[in-house]
Amino acid sequence: MSTPPLTSYDGRPRLLAGWAATNRPANLAEHARANGPLPAGAAPHLVGIVTAAGLRGRGGAWFPTGRKLSAVAEYGATAGGAYVVVNGVESEPAAGKDKLLLRAVPHLVLDGAELAALAVGATEITVAVHRGTGLAAALGAAIAERAAYNWGAGRTIKVAEPPRWYVSSESTAVANFVGGGPGKPRDESAYRYGVKGKPTLVSNAETLAHLALIARLGPDWFRQAGTAEAPGTALFTVGGAVHRRAVYELPVGATGNDILRMAGGPAEPLQAVLLGGYGGSWLAADALSLPFTPESLRLLNASPGAGVLVALPAQACGLAETVRVAAWMASQNARQCGPCFNGLPAIADDLARITWGRDRTALDRLRFRLGIVDKRGACGHPDGVVRLVATALAVFADDIGRHLAGQGCAGLWRPPVLPVPQPPDVSEGWR
Amino acid sequence: MTETIKVNMIACDGHGVCAELVPELIRLDEWGYPILAPSPVPPYLLKHARRAVTLCPKLALRLEPDRPR
Repeated sequence: MSTPPLTSYDGRPRLLAGWAATNRPANLAEHARANGPLPAGAAPHLVGIVTAAGLRGRGGAWFPTGRKLSAVAEYGATAGGAYVVVNGVESEPAAGKDKLLLRAVPHLVLDGAELAALAVGATEITVAVHRGTGLAAALGAAIAERAAYNWGAGRTIKVAEPPRWYVSSESTAVANFVGGGPGKPRDESAYRYGVKGKPTLVSNAETLAHLALIARLGPDWFRQAGTAEAPGTALFTVGGAVHRRAVYELPVGATGNDILRMAGGPAEPLQAVLLGGYGGSWLAADALSLPFTPESLRLLNASPGAGVLVALPAQACGLAETVRVAAWMASQNARQCGPCFNGLPAIADDLARITWGRDRTALDRLRFRLGIVDKRGACGHPDGVVRLVATALAVFADDIGRHLAGQGCAGLWRPPVLPVPQPPDVSEGWR
Repeated sequence: MTETIKVNMIACDGHGVCAELVPELIRLDEWGYPILAPSPVPPYLLKHARRAVTLCPKLALRLEPDRPR
């Protein structure tokens, strides 16, 4: 035996190991002790290493990170340079994993960003964080710490705080904002035309943290956890009717029940879960026994997305929850694409008429409009709302019948399960 | 190589000129925004499609070459 057999994944957190032990942010000395030096020597081979590891983006789309890196490197080579944006904006109201990660292990994320910058030929990096959380100051301190200790690959790292609109965390919107424009999506992908016109790698904070570990420990280590198609661990923000609402790290391939168990299990009987985010999918409780991977859930029109999982108690009204979220999502459009800024309010209104108004004609109209609005925007915002509402129609089909028949629904008067933030409103602006 | 008609929905203001020029490829939704045929433009409609691209008041339409498969 020339190579020792690989040990299997030990179940311990990878990204949040230090946080789990100390419950406070890791400073640079602790980061260095835990992870060793920045492996700048790996940068020339990074695209190959990350591709072999099978890392996929944890911002929601689960796009292969190796392919994104190689596309930016290729376009950057012809365009005379590239740019790197760390997307830690996380405007998903039910998500907290990127905020926690940037707080707990900022240097792991920044190492990943610097390595990615070396790999794609970028000299500048911007870390975009959620406005008003104190994260900008914390990241600023971490960047100063790196400079003081001469840590890193010598890339210039800045911090930006895009507006808190839902669409402002979409990759082209973040690149647009970092380049001095409004935090609104654009029609061209960032990897071709991003910050100041440069090919830009916009990568989720968690993705880059995984990348920083892969560069040190290699693809085989990464693949010890997770599935063949989606290796590694992933962060899940678990909310709703569970005993311990928090962020948890599990191997990809964990079932819905595994994830709920990490959160102390259901606090009351469940009827469904919302998975992925507010542009995600409702899943009936019987789907909780499936592995929560993009592949396993594809036929249910669902994906782990950005790792949001909200448990909906049996006593709540899934339709009323969906109306509130759909209406909020409709208010979060950028007023750029007609099918989105007209279609989303119309869809939310149709669902409200079904839920509250016993309007049978609204159901046919809603089904038609879901088909019309899907994939008709410059970004994926309308598609997400279509998926949310379409899966609600499937998972809460019996409730629709009862609502239209005028039978009472006790859940209508329960306090909301899904949080809908007050801001942003018009005062937020787009810069 | 075949081409498919695409729209920059951010630039589009819903004038509707395109649907008048090539109704075979473009219809309008209830708010007046174009819904495009997803398939390549057939040769006999190429001239009309090009006219729609040229005459769009917002220059929001384009013909994109299809990738060979």
